[in-house]
Amino acid sequence: MKIKLDRTLCDGFGKCAEHAPTVFSLDEWGYASLAGSAEVPADLEPQVRRAILDCPVDAILERLATPAGRLTPPAGELAPQPGPA
Amino acid sequence: MPPLITGVHPAVTPRLLLPAGAPGREDRAAYEARGGYSGGPGGYLEGEDLISAVAEAGLRGRGGAAFPLGVKLAAVAAQPGDHVLVVNGEEGEPASVKDRWLLRTRPHLVLDGTVRAARAIGAVTAYVYVSDDQAAESVRTALAELDELPVPVHVRTVSHSYVAGEETAAVRAINGGPAKPTDKPPRPFEEGVAGCPTLVSNVETIANLPRLAAAPAPGEDVSPGRGFGPAGQETFLMTLTGSCPRPGLYEVPFGGPLGEAAETLGGLTGPPRGYLMGGYFAGLLNRRGHVLTLDYDVFRDQGSGLGCGAVIVLGPADCPVGCAAQVMAYFDRNNASQCGSCFNGTAAMSGVTAALAAGIAGQADVRRLESWAAFLPGRGACATLDGAANVARSLLREFPAEVEAHLRDRCGQCAELDLTAATAPFAVAAYAQPAEETA
Ligand SMILES: Cc1cc2nc3c(=O)[nH]c(=O)nc-3n(C[C@H](O)[C@H](O)[C@H](O)COP(=O)(O)O)c2cc1C
Ligand code: SF4
Ligand code: SF4
Repeated sequence: MKIKLDRTLCDGFGKCAEHAPTVFSLDEWGYASLAGSAEVPADLEPQVRRAILDCPVDAILERLATPAGRLTPPAGELAPQPGPA
Repeated sequence: MPPLITGVHPAVTPRLLLPAGAPGREDRAAYEARGGYSGGPGGYLEGEDLISAVAEAGLRGRGGAAFPLGVKLAAVAAQPGDHVLVVNGEEGEPASVKDRWLLRTRPHLVLDGTVRAARAIGAVTAYVYVSDDQAAESVRTALAELDELPVPVHVRTVSHSYVAGEETAAVRAINGGPAKPTDKPPRPFEEGVAGCPTLVSNVETIANLPRLAAAPAPGEDVSPGRGFGPAGQETFLMTLTGSCPRPGLYEVPFGGPLGEAAETLGGLTGPPRGYLMGGYFAGLLNRRGHVLTLDYDVFRDQGSGLGCGAVIVLGPADCPVGCAAQVMAYFDRNNASQCGSCFNGTAAMSGVTAALAAGIAGQADVRRLESWAAFLPGRGACATLDGAANVARSLLREFPAEVEAHLRDRCGQCAELDLTAATAPFAVAAYAQPAEETA
């Protein structure tokens, strides 16, 4: 499986590193980053799934293969964005 | 406010700045009189021809990361679905003025390049993303001077901040969110504005395209470097600040020594003690920076960088520890406060550099600074934390004796600093952002 850790969401609860210490690395304030690649080896998948479930702020996501261009809107003008134009 | 000083290195003909004596803002007629909006004798290179010409010319991104534009154009062009172009003119870096100068003074050069880039990637829409009011006004006026463009171009404005120009912050702001970075992946070339593969390129990068897109006469070979002005020496825009008598914006050739360019253009107050490179981002160099060749790879190999081209000169009497302390305090105040490693790490590193400046740091503090500088890079959603770590690491690497001296004695120069003031150190006074004053 492939995962993503969103560091803008992580609140430093450290749960992930408890479950999968080789996948998640904590800084000295308890905030996580991936220790290595986003590709999780098969034998670590159960621990990483626990981490995904236990992360209190849902900062860890499984990256499902999305068909490229799935979010693409129809051709033409984009919807106007809020804010000064 | 004093006017901005601009100048061109004597070895080159300007391509980005205007020739000496040119009157203020360049309107459509003036741009066309210089050959603008017409390409070369064979018109414009389009699509893959343009992408290969850009790749051959070796044009690197001028927003800070020096990533080859040809690779980025090809990556976005190859993605399925609709594509979007964002021309990044936010210029969050306080020690840089080049993008605002280009947008305020040569909006048509930027728009010509915008259309070239948009066509090369098959963009359905292009955005010029800015925070400076004068820049926004200048681009809007320029758009009003033009007939319909082949691609709709919109101006998008945000409040100025250091992080608002980071590429995912730009995408997020255009999508209606806050101008703060998002974690990667996805990068904008995969999923950006409205979810479309998006090319985010710096204003100065885009301003080089009309020249590279100029097509030769039919039957002739494609020769990059043709177009406006004579072919030959590649140039970049250098914002020079710090201890130089004529701080300002200069067009400089690649390939000469940094010190020679600084001395010829901004002038020096004496043999420089060092340089702060790439604005606040690429860290300090000691006096060895003086002879380093202006080349992205040369600076990178020395653990430094040209970044966005902003160079801060440390004069003979300037204290590098005080310089690092000011910049670190700025990172502590101006990070986006989203990632724990960043808001804690910048605060911790700033604590040590401030303690050094105050003459109250000990060996243990310096060792902690060293370990953060090594451990923290890559732990933020954007590269702000890496920039702060660069400053810490380079201070310890380039100025060990000065750091050591600050452990023993109070530095007279550092004693003058007010690290709590909400100022942007080394900002160019003529272009200071409203919320900041120069230190
Ligand atoms: C904190 C931060 C701030 C940035 N601010 C800017 C900016 O103001 N303008 C800019 O062009 N690039 C900025 N960048 C770089 C962009 O993320 C992006 O790499 C750049 O716009 C791409 O253009 P280029 O390839 O032409 O350099 C910033 C990056 C970081 C990490
Ligand atoms: S469990 Fe979630 S919040 Fe806690 S450290 Fe890990 S990613 Fe961050
Ligand atoms: S690394 Fe720092 S500046 Fe970048 S998004 Fe995270 S908190 Fe904000």
